[in-house]
Amino acid sequence: MAEELKLYGTWVSPFSRRVELALKLKGIPYEYIEEDLHNKSPDLIKYNPIHQKVPVLVHNGKPIVESLVILEYIDETWKNNPILPQDPYQRALARFWAKFIEEKILPLAMKVTNSEEKEKEKVVVEMFQLMKVLEGELNGKDFFGGESIGYVDIVATIIAVWFQVTQEVIGVKIVSEEKFPVLFKWIEKLKSIDVVKECIPPRDKHITYVKARIEAALLKSAPN
Amino acid sequence: MSGNDTTTLRWLLKKMRIRNDEQVNLIIFLQLYSLFLQPLTFFFSSEFLETMEDEVILLDFWPSMFGSRVRIALAEKGVKYEYKEEDLVNNKKSDLLLQMNPVHKTIPVLVHNGKPICESSIIVQYIDEVWKDKAPLLPSDPYQRAQAKFWVDYIDKKVNSPGRKTWCTKGEEQEAGKKEFVEIMKTLEEQLGEKPYFGGETFGFVDICLITYYCWFYSYEKFGKFSLEAECPKLIEWAKRCAQKESVFKTLPDEKKVFGFCIEMRKMFGLD
Repeated sequence: MAEELKLYGTWVSPFSRRVELALKLKGIPYEYIEEDLHNKSPDLIKYNPIHQKVPVLVHNGKPIVESLVILEYIDETWKNNPILPQDPYQRALARFWAKFIEEKILPLAMKVTNSEEKEKEKVVVEMFQLMKVLEGELNGKDFFGGESIGYVDIVATIIAVWFQVTQEVIGVKIVSEEKFPVLFKWIEKLKSIDVVKECIPPRDKHITYVKARIEAALLKSAPN
Repeated sequence: MSGNDTTTLRWLLKKMRIRNDEQVNLIIFLQLYSLFLQPLTFFFSSEFLETMEDEVILLDFWPSMFGSRVRIALAEKGVKYEYKEEDLVNNKKSDLLLQMNPVHKTIPVLVHNGKPICESSIIVQYIDEVWKDKAPLLPSDPYQRAQAKFWVDYIDKKVNSPGRKTWCTKGEEQEAGKKEFVEIMKTLEEQLGEKPYFGGETFGFVDICLITYYCWFYSYEKFGKFSLEAECPKLIEWAKRCAQKESVFKTLPDEKKVFGFCIEMRKMFGLD
């Protein structure tokens, strides 16, 4: 029986792009289905009734959801070009840093985008502290995964790409070369990898999208 | 072997009517054994193995449902460890905790042969991967593993905040917390279905990550004024089933003790 692998995602979601990156790194063929999140397909709701979000990976009819869970599933099912380290302690560290990015950095980044001018400065300072901690983890390595990209690099592409675009639009610079030279270098190296380039949203389209979203959010919160 | 030993041995071998040339072979073998092989048996002795035993330390706080997860996992695997209580009521974090978890400064932290592992669900997975010969906590099939990780992620994201609101807030916020908490428990109950455990036939990762809330239900119900058994009878059945396991009942603190802790905390927060 031929393997049937489908990925439900959106062109601009850093979470579904992570899964694409992992699949491409392992050379796994898959069918990609673009979802319109304002008009969710019955399939998406069927496969992810709890969260109704992308990405959803459907392998031979069985759905796996939550990008970090999907990444580990992919790594355990297709063992070539491993994403996670083999050693249990190194694996625990990789999971720790992925969680740090998801649960500490991302929510704060959203706050930077959404907060009022007065609060923004305080939140930006907090962001700097978190980014410094993350940068420390690179510690002389080319990538978080060592000599080649791994689990944490894949999870952190949101910082390397999506953060840069949002920062450009809102005019707040978090990851600058002066403040975070090591992280900056990592971003350059990451973005120069061919397979990573294939998983980055087209820049102009991305900027337009972010601008539109921010404007829509401003309109929503504007006093009448 | 000493000269005396050799003489005695030859006498014995002669008595056993073993031929001279065979006696010589035997003696050479025994001499080689006592020179080379016999010393190596030390490395299989309990004295030596004890010095090579893992050093496992757990930094924890007795009411924490996150620390309890780690204790249950260690008990399931029969791992010996040293327990260190952190004085979090008075916010007096030990130097060891600050050193081992500088990023979050939270418990639980497992220190295995000097190396720290943080975040309870990550620690439980680590324990399962290191002590893999006994009581597997996660299934071996990748799809089943993904399901287990999904539900632990759900529990981690959804349960704590509304649960906390039921005992740590008042008025509208408390009501909203209670409603949300019951909804989430109902979702989990639905996921359990007719299975004895979330993992199927055996107690596993998801069960461990949820059961540690069981000793808190009494406090949630008392302060929130509701009955979880009335709302989710099958879930409470599951909880009682898990609580019969030695690793669970020996780990979870008494629910009345947790209730006392909540009363103290509410006073400290100025709620009562």
